[in-house]
Amino acid sequence: MFLKTFTAAGALAVLTTSTAMACEITARVSIVGNEFPAIQTVGAGAKACAGAEVTTNLTADHQTINLPGMQGNPAEYTSAIIANSSIVALMNEDVIRPLGDLVEKHGQGLQPTQLITIGGEVMAVAFMANAQHLVYRADVLEQVGVEPPTTYEDMLAAAELIREAGIMENPVGGAYAAGWNLAQEFNNMFLGYGGQHFEPGTAEPNVNSEAGINALNMMKALSDYMNPDYLTHDSNATNAEFRAGNVALMNMWGSRAATLTEAEGVPQEVIDGFAIAGPMTVGGGDIPASTLWWDGWTVAKNISDEEAEATFIAMMNGIDPSILEDEEVARQAVWLIEGYEPTEAAVGVFAAANSGTIPYPMLPYMGLMHTALGNELADFMQGKESAEQALADVEAAYRAAAIESGFLQ
Amino acid sequence: MKHRTFFWFFLPTGLAMMLFIAAPLVSIIMQSMFAPHEAVLVTVENCGPFGCQQETIVDQEATRALRDAQPLGRFVGLDIYFDRGHLAVAEVAQAWRNADDLGAFWTRLQNLPFYRAMAFTLTYTFTVTPLLIVLGLMIALGVNAINARIKGVVIFFSLLPMIVTPLVGSLILFWMIDSRGILGTAIQWLADDPDLSLKASTTLTWVMLIVYGVWHSAPFAFVVFYAGLQTLPMDQIEAAQIDGATRWQQVRFVVIPHLMPLVTFVALIQLMDNFRVLEPIVGFNAQAHATSLSWTILNDLGGETRQLSAASATSVMTVIGVAILLTPVLVRTWRDFKGKT
Repeated sequence: MFLKTFTAAGALAVLTTSTAMACEITARVSIVGNEFPAIQTVGAGAKACAGAEVTTNLTADHQTINLPGMQGNPAEYTSAIIANSSIVALMNEDVIRPLGDLVEKHGQGLQPTQLITIGGEVMAVAFMANAQHLVYRADVLEQVGVEPPTTYEDMLAAAELIREAGIMENPVGGAYAAGWNLAQEFNNMFLGYGGQHFEPGTAEPNVNSEAGINALNMMKALSDYMNPDYLTHDSNATNAEFRAGNVALMNMWGSRAATLTEAEGVPQEVIDGFAIAGPMTVGGGDIPASTLWWDGWTVAKNISDEEAEATFIAMMNGIDPSILEDEEVARQAVWLIEGYEPTEAAVGVFAAANSGTIPYPMLPYMGLMHTALGNELADFMQGKESAEQALADVEAAYRAAAIESGFLQ
Repeated sequence: MKHRTFFWFFLPTGLAMMLFIAAPLVSIIMQSMFAPHEAVLVTVENCGPFGCQQETIVDQEATRALRDAQPLGRFVGLDIYFDRGHLAVAEVAQAWRNADDLGAFWTRLQNLPFYRAMAFTLTYTFTVTPLLIVLGLMIALGVNAINARIKGVVIFFSLLPMIVTPLVGSLILFWMIDSRGILGTAIQWLADDPDLSLKASTTLTWVMLIVYGVWHSAPFAFVVFYAGLQTLPMDQIEAAQIDGATRWQQVRFVVIPHLMPLVTFVALIQLMDNFRVLEPIVGFNAQAHATSLSWTILNDLGGETRQLSAASATSVMTVIGVAILLTPVLVRTWRDFKGKT
């Protein structure tokens, strides 16, 4: 058995060197994308190609530069690494090309699930999955004698017990920073209550509904157990609170949970008590109050076919199955690449995918809805207006933006 | 100067002004009056790692035809200026009709992004500008009076708030005023309220932003006034001293009148700058409590779907706002100028 593993590993190693050697390109490759660890790995893999220059621009501000950088002809960026939310902006402006012929020519080894097919055309190649799910302190829950919550109602009850026991004053964490984060938490809760953002088949908003009001009331109830500054806390600040031992329960991104306790100076009890579980449901629903995400890469439209081919080859090298041999890389994300074995850190995202979590809506006007939610919900969270008023404001703000962008008349 | 000489003398400046001031203005005015074409939507099957489902997408063929026919987009005139994201005329009219009293009307007005942004921006501009002028003058008088040997060091430290990049400066303060930060904890101790949080209260957030604004801009006023103090006519000061004027009377009747043109200058620049307040709002993560027109522009451009027309309209409104703010000061300067000649 040992020998067999050994030879298999040896064979894999040989394979790796051969694929790495095989990556020869003949035209420039320029990649823009987000900066989290898994994407850094993909970027580094693409840069390993020889024969022509490969440049990467990996930054948290990628969303504001990828579209302008691909609208020119020739485009500055030959590839943008995007997620299911941000591919929409590129699709709306028609700056990415169908990949069917390149997949046929160079896409051996891609899993069918990795191909993002829109209207019969492959528009992107996904390489990782992501979702928000429960992250908790097993030791603290044990102290108050409760099981890890599977619903938000249980989470509230557990939070009350922890506060009563005097262990933590504000045991719940959440990325509730006004803006994108707050809107995303609303999306989770809203879908968990069975809400639909739009009237089916139209761009008409549909958030001012019972599901919307329930979602806001649940968020408000949770915020009573959060640090009073919660409207300024993004994922980074929420993680910092968890690391400092101030938080015992939170809904957090899978891509950030894996490396959560690896920072310097995290107290031992936080490292030991740290645990991950699937996303929670809310209001007796069976669909988790979370969304599923994928990250993948695209190829620009306004470049020569030669550059497109080089880009495809380089990006394929970035997501080559051999990268998973590095244990650290395997832990970085829930990879969709062939041969990926889920690590312990991946259970949350897997539970999300297996329990029917809804993918983040890929609609041309969802970005406008997300912005409107981010701007208008803070007033309700601060108690300045009713849930109905906040949601009416969201719909009005969205409507103004959608009329301007030509989605509504 | 002969007309011909003046023409050649002015030409480079004129060209630069056309290129860097007039052209961008024309561009944003154009963009604010054109909006993207009405989207042609189709429903297609969309497959990925999480299975297949029916999704709506933009029909590229049909949209391209529309774009080729009218590359600028759809002409909407002033519609965007009047929509809810900007002047919100329909919403304001409705609020006026439905509100029982001025207070209720004001509350409804504060629910609209433009008026909410203006409420903070104007409060900020009209508290920060006078405060920073007073503080700058006080620092300048203080530094001017101290021993020449330590003057250099003191000037350097007084200038630090301006040298530090606004985003970094606000971020450092943001951490310090956190409920677990050094200033935040100190304030909790002083107020004897362990739950007090600067970041959770709108009033305290406004105070914090205003304090930051004064802290950041006072060095600018200080430098200008300090330079002005070096040209102070000593014989007038001596005459005042001989007449028995106190230090305060010297400042009030000799120094301040001498520095008055500089006060106008600082006020002009700072009114303009403060009206475009942006960095502290971003740095302090304060958008839940305070927004400004510049922040609105950033927000319109930063979303997953960029709203260029909305951002352009807000830009034009910012330019108009600055022009309105500066008018009184400019009129005054013009009168002084006419009075002198």
